[in-house]
Amino acid sequence: MKPPGMSLIVRTITRLVTGFILIFGLYIVTYGHITPGGGFAGGVILALGLILTLLAFGKKFVGEHALITDEGFKEADVLGAGIFLVIALLGYVFATGGAEPAFFLNWIPHGTPFNLWSGGMLLFCNFAIGIKVGACLFAVIVTMAVFHNHRRHGPGEPKEE
Amino acid sequence: MHDVTTVLYILMGFMIIGSVVAVETTDLLSSVICVGAVGFALSVIDLLLCAPDLGLTLAVVEILALVVLIRVVRTRRDTYHATSRDTLAIALVVAGLGFVLTLTFFALEGLPPFGEPIMLMSKPYLESGLTRIGAVNYVTSIVIDFRGYDTLGEATIIFVAIVGAYTVLRAVGRKRETTGNESDR
Repeated sequence: MKPPGMSLIVRTITRLVTGFILIFGLYIVTYGHITPGGGFAGGVILALGLILTLLAFGKKFVGEHALITDEGFKEADVLGAGIFLVIALLGYVFATGGAEPAFFLNWIPHGTPFNLWSGGMLLFCNFAIGIKVGACLFAVIVTMAVFHNHRRHGPGEPKEE
Repeated sequence: MHDVTTVLYILMGFMIIGSVVAVETTDLLSSVICVGAVGFALSVIDLLLCAPDLGLTLAVVEILALVVLIRVVRTRRDTYHATSRDTLAIALVVAGLGFVLTLTFFALEGLPPFGEPIMLMSKPYLESGLTRIGAVNYVTSIVIDFRGYDTLGEATIIFVAIVGAYTVLRAVGRKRETTGNESDR
């Protein structure tokens, strides 16, 4: 019985490579305030790693094993957006040192430049955006895979002309 | 780096050719691939102009968009080529575009020349960025801190777009599942 997804070569390479892609995406997100990158780019790389798994192993495998499934993406999406908004709103609460309370006030201690702990809220905002963008963009492909399946088992391809 | 302009002109010529081919070709898949090639050329231009942040993001997004578009093309299989024969409408659109572009040209003459009050906007960011934000990557500190409101808007746009796409596409699947008969098409 042929397993779902692509050929054995593609599946083996995917198994080897996906972890590195996800780690690279996490690195881009985490060090977004020090090196080129950030939440958007890192989130897209995370989504691409998951998409590679989806394309190579099929929809069912991803639905069972992946971090973000076709139902779980909504939670991750809302979680990312919510964290971002909460960090922005906390600027009203934690305004210290004579700073005026404001939306997107950078209230977290800034730390020393070139360290991972620098830039205050940028690290957390990058994580929020990374979760959000990764979940969103993976959801596009998952949605299309579901839609594709329904079309294939539906009344058939649109007629010619 | 002094002859980067030559490379830029070559890449821009490549992008123009790619765009024209993408519009004119009859095959949807080649059109999609041409659009991807144009995007990759743009990311290379970003790298040459010392903007690795933009180049990285653009290249990654191009890969994703290419995957999505190829997936759509393979799903849809609508390969027919629709050509509008309405000459009057095309002429009107072209004339309107020319009119707007002419007005834009005259309007842009009133602006100060490029970079003339040197770094008018970016100077405060560059001066106070390290002390006020503490992050080394100024692009991130501008995108998330100085212009955080814009980024929140972008995130909202992505969210609404994905939820809209999910809703529209899923409605078809759910209807099929519930009704069961497929004669109502």
